[in-house]
Amino acid sequence: MNWALKGVAFKNKSKGNHLIISAIEHSCVRNTAQWLQSQGFEVTEIKPNRLGILNPKDIAKAIRKNTILVSIIHGQNEIGTLQPIGAIGKICRENKIYFHTDVSQTFGKIPINVNKMNIDLLTASSHKIYGPKGAACLFIREGVAIEPYLHGGGQENNLRPSTVNVPAIVGFAKAAELCQKEMATESLRLINLRNKLIKGILVSIKGSHLTGHPRKRLANNVNFWFDFVEGEAIVMKLDLLGICASTGSACSSQDLTPSYVLLSLGLPAYKAQGSLRLTLGRGTTEQDIDYTLQVLPQVIHDLRLISPFKKNYE
Amino acid sequence: MNDIYNRKVLAYFKKPKYYGKIQRPDGLGKVGNLVCGDVMWLYIKVGQRKDKRGKNEEYIKEAKFETFGCVAAIASSNAVCQIVRGKSIAEALKLTKGEVINDLGNLPPVKIHCSVLAIDALREAVYNYLKKNKKIIPPELKKQHQLIEKNQKLLQKRYKELF
Repeated sequence: MNWALKGVAFKNKSKGNHLIISAIEHSCVRNTAQWLQSQGFEVTEIKPNRLGILNPKDIAKAIRKNTILVSIIHGQNEIGTLQPIGAIGKICRENKIYFHTDVSQTFGKIPINVNKMNIDLLTASSHKIYGPKGAACLFIREGVAIEPYLHGGGQENNLRPSTVNVPAIVGFAKAAELCQKEMATESLRLINLRNKLIKGILVSIKGSHLTGHPRKRLANNVNFWFDFVEGEAIVMKLDLLGICASTGSACSSQDLTPSYVLLSLGLPAYKAQGSLRLTLGRGTTEQDIDYTLQVLPQVIHDLRLISPFKKNYE
Repeated sequence: MNDIYNRKVLAYFKKPKYYGKIQRPDGLGKVGNLVCGDVMWLYIKVGQRKDKRGKNEEYIKEAKFETFGCVAAIASSNAVCQIVRGKSIAEALKLTKGEVINDLGNLPPVKIHCSVLAIDALREAVYNYLKKNKKIIPPELKKQHQLIEKNQKLLQKRYKELF
């Protein structure tokens, strides 16, 4: 991600200094773009709608004469929404602007065709598909002008010098192969489990709200916010029950600010404070979903008993 | 996740002994943190007794809390309620964050403000009691109340559908 953005930005400085990203990029793109701003580049952030989906027309409108790169996340890691990267890629191609997409969450899980989708640069990570940590890949379409990542011994056409980590790369490739083999069946299995979990929570917990889009979302992502309870407390209660989860609450961040992704949906801070993300994976079984549905209502109930706001709720 | 907090904090969080309302409390303190968004309400019942020298003194007979917040906020609220039960009002007003953190064992640095908020809630409850009963309010407490009140108005705006 770092390389794609910095490499394209610096190599194409003579053509322009404007980049477009979304307001819901992973922090690796967001913070890289922020750093590029300190280096004299301009960045426009495109906001999603309330369901967390970007409108390609908004991106078309943001394009200027000096725009050199558009970078959009495919599957949002927090709220799970899937972005229309095919439509965005088409717009970029028509305007002769490079298009980079972060597919960390979708690689090996959803078919991606760099030609049909007009993708010029694409990044994916090994550890997100059960490969070894420390390996990732950047696809660079032939002809894309990009500065090298490092300077040194000439490996990988002088673009990424330094000795490669062969075991990690082999592991990554094997992980990708396995993902591709099971893609159709595994995604169907996860979608069924995900829908069961979403429906179960909505039915059994009053004052629960799904964030993100009900259907245009990652097969493995569930994100809710609950009235009158705080996310870190929910996560801790679940942790003590053997369930790993995460939250976008201000309380769980080092700088006490809520998740920028949740705020970009137009959620006020105190609603983001009650957020809970549950993600599924290869090891998640139907029993895990049943167990979560069995204990989560009690967790929310217990925390609401402590909350001063419950009275207004009952 | 549970390596962020020590056992005592987790025990308070899991089974907070003093959560809930006091019906018809003598004092109620409502505070919140504008940065992180946590909200605490602290209820007290005040009793009369003789001190060592045989003088009448008022003390905190009961203290309970309701908290919208994280693990540290809930544990801190519980700790404050536990510490001040049986303390005279004068003693209770001297409670410091150091004592609260000591009682909890420790808190992660980013969570220290939770213990401060719990003390604010207690002081507000005492202020509320003194004011209602037209008693003398120590100047320091009054000053603090004015600061908290300002915050409170902003918080109420934020949580308008909840307050």
